[in-house]
Amino acid sequence: MSATETGNAVPVRSEARRGLTGIGPILVILAVFLAAIAVRQPEFYDPPSLLAFLKRAAPLVILAAGQYFVIVAGDFDLSVGSLVTAEVVIAARLIDGDPALTWPVIAVMAGFGLMVGLVNGLITTMLRVPSFITTLGMYLILVGAVYTWTGGSPRGALSEEFRMLGRRGIEGVPYLQQLPYAVLVLAGVAVFAITLMRADFGKVLLAIGDNPRAAALSGARVARARTVAFVLSGLFAAIAAVLLGGFGGVSFQVGAGLEFTAITAVMLGGVVLGGGAGSVTGAMLGALTLEILFTLLNLLGVSGALKSAVQGLIIIAAVAVGNIRRRS
Amino acid sequence: MTLLRQRLAAIDSTRGVWVALVITLTVGGVLVYADGGSLFHQSSIVSMLQRAAGLGIVAIGQTFAILAGSLDLSVAYVISLTSLIAAETMAGSEGNVPVAIAAVLAVSAGIGLANGLLITKLRINAFIATLGVGLLIKGYLEQGYAGPAGSVPTSVQRLGYDRIGPVPLSFLLMAAVAVAAWVVLQRTRFGHHTIAVGGDLDVARLSGVRTDRVLIGTHIICSICAGITGLYLASRLGAGAPRVGSEGGYDLESIAAVVLGGTVLAGGRGGVAGTVGGVALLAAIDTIFNQLAVDPFFKQVVRGVVIIAAVAIYALRRRKAGRP
Repeated sequence: MSATETGNAVPVRSEARRGLTGIGPILVILAVFLAAIAVRQPEFYDPPSLLAFLKRAAPLVILAAGQYFVIVAGDFDLSVGSLVTAEVVIAARLIDGDPALTWPVIAVMAGFGLMVGLVNGLITTMLRVPSFITTLGMYLILVGAVYTWTGGSPRGALSEEFRMLGRRGIEGVPYLQQLPYAVLVLAGVAVFAITLMRADFGKVLLAIGDNPRAAALSGARVARARTVAFVLSGLFAAIAAVLLGGFGGVSFQVGAGLEFTAITAVMLGGVVLGGGAGSVTGAMLGALTLEILFTLLNLLGVSGALKSAVQGLIIIAAVAVGNIRRRS
Repeated sequence: MTLLRQRLAAIDSTRGVWVALVITLTVGGVLVYADGGSLFHQSSIVSMLQRAAGLGIVAIGQTFAILAGSLDLSVAYVISLTSLIAAETMAGSEGNVPVAIAAVLAVSAGIGLANGLLITKLRINAFIATLGVGLLIKGYLEQGYAGPAGSVPTSVQRLGYDRIGPVPLSFLLMAAVAVAAWVVLQRTRFGHHTIAVGGDLDVARLSGVRTDRVLIGTHIICSICAGITGLYLASRLGAGAPRVGSEGGYDLESIAAVVLGGTVLAGGRGGVAGTVGGVALLAAIDTIFNQLAVDPFFKQVVRGVVIIAAVAIYALRRRKAGRP
């Protein structure tokens, strides 16, 4: 997970530099927060508690990675929060406490996430509806559909096997004690996302975000790449939903506001709204930084109510500082 | 010539929603009649107009921001905040009403100014700037208030409920705001500059438009409209409520109403008439579904589909007309 995206080919070098400059500020902010936690609560760095933190942070990091694909191509995905809620509610109703249904339902969730992403992508690219409107409409549709389907309150229950993915881990690992499944899932998603961005797909996506016309004229399949970005966002939201369903209970609030938190994380990681610049590593580090900040605020005894105020301040400051750096 | 074409384009893009409204009311009226009710009964008209008023005023403000190529995600929190400022300043006494109104207008204008400055001077994307400001206000509200606060004197509460014939006062308030907004957009230099800035920021700047001032101005107008909605909701509830704006979904719904009315999200094309039509269409769908006793949550689904479909149709028509 380093920023060294250096390759042998000449054109890649400028990208590598962009990657580095993009990721520098977030590393500094992360380091400051980590240092503050080290002073305040050194136990945080015991492997078990560090892993517990990563487990908690995993869903947001995964959502940020998904949102990154969409944002870097110049779009938005405002539907992910409601998609997470819909997935968890669907899972609870379908499983209804039956352990045998755990894996089939997880497959259904993945399929549903892919489908929602595909619909978002096709409406945006084929019907030329701005993604802001497409995904806003999808948000209304998902919230309404889930409420209608369940009659106003979630029904059914998740199986213990399902919850295990978000809650438990591989026990008895030397030194670490427990290796949470969520951390493994997170690592898998991170490797997948970084690999994708290093492949041709990633380069095309960046080019589209930078200048869709130029990308199309140089032969990129713009509509297809943008649609794939939405599909990835939907799939990642489904994965995040599996983990979140495990931690928390089943409620309509599971995913509330997550779309904005994920977008904040992506921005914080140095990704530019409108697309074309920033790395997926930065986006995921942004999410991690946001979670560290929330942990730090907790430690400092700042009330939970101020969480959103801090989030607001951070997002404005991060983007403002980024702009000033870019101009100078 | 270009101005004429622009004017024609504006009319063209905002006309569709009124056609849709007429069709919706006709089909809805027949369905409700077949169901044994009446859509054009006084009580359903009143409820339709009242539904339209609150969202309408915010959406008219939002129209300015969107026409200028910006947008405002902070309006929902501005509404909650101003409802509290209004109710707490009034504190149940009539004498405090002018002060309360002045306070609401001043605070909301200040928030609009802050949004505008963040966008123009620090060059923060409008999405991020207004989201950030909204979150700041949300944090303040969650920190300071657990539930409703303040109290609105009965004379002001009448704004929320009184009506002249079938027309609620609140709807007249919205109509007044709409007319004022229409005049500003069609007849003043500021209005033309707003359209120019949204059409192409660089061209506007090179033509001598003070683009920063225009953008800041649209954001101040947008926030003030949210403040007026906050006042109206306080008068309806009889108190201020820390979540009235976000629970009503006024941020995303106002944007939805504007684009439903044919205003282009990227700015530069559209107008207030379309927005009023968009709000009326949403209110009509709401009322028809209520009359038919359809599952209230299903309304959301229909809303989502209607908004996406409308924007898709506008995009298709523009492509056919040969405009980008």
